[in-house]
Amino acid sequence: MRHIISLLMENEAGALSRVAGLFSARGYNIESLAVAPTEDPTLSRMTIVTSGSDAVIEQINKQLNKLIDVAAVMDLSEGEHLERELMLVKVRAEGKAREELKRKMAVFNGRLIDESDRTCTVELTDTCAKLDEFLQVIGRDLILETVRTGASGIGRGERILKL
Amino acid sequence: MELTGAEIAIRCLQEEGVEYIFGYPGGAVLHIYDALFQQEKVKHILVRHEQAAIHAADGYARSSEKVGVALVTSGPGITNAVTGIATAYMDSIPMVVISGQVPSYAIGEDAFQEVDAVGITRPCVKHNFLVKDVKDIATTIKKAFYLAKSGRPGPVLVDIPKDISNQKTEFLYPDSVNIRSYNPVGKGDIAQVKQAVQLLLGAKRPMVYSGGGVVLSGASTQLTELVRLLGFPCTNTLMGLGAYPAGDKQFVGMPGMHGTYEACMAMQHCDVLLAVGARFDDRVVGNVEHFAQVPRKIIHIDIDPSSIAKRVKVDVPVVGDLKLVLEQMLDVLRSSKQMPDASNLATWWKQVDEWRVKGGGLRYKNSTEIIKPQFVIEKLYEITGGDAFVTSDVGQHQMWAAQYYKFNKPRRWINSGGLGTMGFGLPAAMGVQLINPGATVACVTGEGSIQMNIQELSTCKQFHLPIKVVSLNNRYLGMVRQWQEFFHGNRYAESYMDALPDFVKLAEAYGHVGMRIDKPSDVEPALKEAFARKKDLVFMDFQTDPTENVFPMVPGGKGLSEVILSEDL
Ligand SMILES: Cc1ncc(C[n+]2csc(CCOP(=O)(O)OP(=O)(O)O)c2C)c(N)n1
Ligand SMILES: [Mg+2]
Repeated sequence: MRHIISLLMENEAGALSRVAGLFSARGYNIESLAVAPTEDPTLSRMTIVTSGSDAVIEQINKQLNKLIDVAAVMDLSEGEHLERELMLVKVRAEGKAREELKRKMAVFNGRLIDESDRTCTVELTDTCAKLDEFLQVIGRDLILETVRTGASGIGRGERILKL
Repeated sequence: MELTGAEIAIRCLQEEGVEYIFGYPGGAVLHIYDALFQQEKVKHILVRHEQAAIHAADGYARSSEKVGVALVTSGPGITNAVTGIATAYMDSIPMVVISGQVPSYAIGEDAFQEVDAVGITRPCVKHNFLVKDVKDIATTIKKAFYLAKSGRPGPVLVDIPKDISNQKTEFLYPDSVNIRSYNPVGKGDIAQVKQAVQLLLGAKRPMVYSGGGVVLSGASTQLTELVRLLGFPCTNTLMGLGAYPAGDKQFVGMPGMHGTYEACMAMQHCDVLLAVGARFDDRVVGNVEHFAQVPRKIIHIDIDPSSIAKRVKVDVPVVGDLKLVLEQMLDVLRSSKQMPDASNLATWWKQVDEWRVKGGGLRYKNSTEIIKPQFVIEKLYEITGGDAFVTSDVGQHQMWAAQYYKFNKPRRWINSGGLGTMGFGLPAAMGVQLINPGATVACVTGEGSIQMNIQELSTCKQFHLPIKVVSLNNRYLGMVRQWQEFFHGNRYAESYMDALPDFVKLAEAYGHVGMRIDKPSDVEPALKEAFARKKDLVFMDFQTDPTENVFPMVPGGKGLSEVILSEDL
């Protein structure tokens, strides 16, 4: 099953490679990994999207907790949470196709952030599934580039991951 | 007064009460060696290969409850050390390794003797550090010691660039360090402890399975008390030997691949299994699906939550320091004023004793013609009064030592259980002998393993370490040969040890005493003579039966009850 795991870790050189190394060494899979410093610059917040059996997910959580640089771990998928991913897509958009693209973009609440004679670049922020859907709707033939950040997740309401 | 980074590093070791460090010099650690030279508290043992420095620090730690310390240079120094570090990591041994690094301004330029030490060791250390500022040396070393010995212990690497070790700053050693992202547990959750005790009290076929964690936590007394109070059968894994006295009637031997029949059967058929500081390793429970076919409740106590429910499902997990958790269990049990049902227990013991008879105990056919390796270990046990520190290498000799030397105390049996590192035995024995100066230290080895770190005979000479090397020379990489005999149609690919040296002359060349023993009748006199030479390292080259196999055996991938007893059954 797909899980979305959030963690707080020391914002130090090498911390990211410890997490990435753990996944590769133990054969866990990473669908996406997003990381950046928080309001406290000594801490980084990471969101990892992974999948595996319940036993594997339990081990992933425990192994992450065991890393010395990791301060807190929360499996967001165990409770109510929100997830958002940012995507930039550059699309071949000429003549009628451009109008068509704009129409589809509006349906998905996308924003046009760049236009040239033959291309349009769309920015979209939504759940990973919705972004997948948008790519399907546009079709691979027209897509020139896709850039995705990987999901960022946060708990709903009082579900807070903080030190 | 300002000190250099190198001086600070050594002062830190002094503050930590480090008596010996094991190492090998080189360019990147010259400042540190210079600082070492100008003081006397920390004594340096010059090994002949960095791998041996780590194993020696490891043996020092395993036999003493202290943190082992090693010092190596950059590049080949640290890569040579990696096998030792991985060995310590697999067995959770507290250790601090200091490595030199190329100057910080040269890092990343493929400088002479540069390797990414932090990167290379990352998967086999508890944690590691690259020191980038001389002001951080003292706190980093403090953290390294704290991390190495607290929680689930393990090796910690501190990589110090050469320029940093030469810069100056004020020395201030912190009394304690706080790592906000690291909070090792102490006591167990009392509700879980109570549930565990209830389960034990209601058990019909209980079994205690204890591992290396008991030794590491110093919980041997508590374990023994609990097992005796409950009257349950108890087994120690290869890593836990000595944690429960082998001479006790409730001890059923070691479980697993080369464990006793009764230990394997009792593990398989119990209805409540109390696992204490053990990790259901593949060499212990064999095939986990086969193990799961028999329904049983499992209580698992461990300091590391990731060890719990990793390979088998657990019903009552208890996370905590074993010593404290076992004390909690003893308290709960005593105040409950309850005891397990005596008649159930008697029935179960009857079954266990039947297995004991069926298994026939550990046995081998002795011979008057050729030396049987098991016979050598039995005599070793007798002659040392069962009270020696025994280090071992890896192979058949390791299993025979584990089976036939009855360890009654923890920290006496020193072997590489997790990584299975040939070449561990002799350097580990050096560390053991240094921290236990008057003690009898035997290194049980094979002609294959001993050659992986034989150069350390020179270190033993320099530092007057009167280790007794008991080499069971079967002219084969015996454990490999055994698997080839059983599972590869007797095709002995590269397992014959050709062109062996004359070990007697070799020992003599290093300045030690060498003995070659060919006849069974000479085994006992030779051992007596060797162990009477209190001041000498004696290398005993026992010419043993080349075709002897280790039994019982649970073949790889098989279940515990599929144990093969011996070829004549
Ligand atoms: C460094 C290393 N290389 C290879 C092995 C694989 N291995 C395990 S046991 C063994 C044979 C050991 O031979 P010896 O030391 O003579 O012991 P014996 O089994 O004959 O008692 C080998 C090669 C190992 N454990 N460690
Ligand atoms: Mg051999």
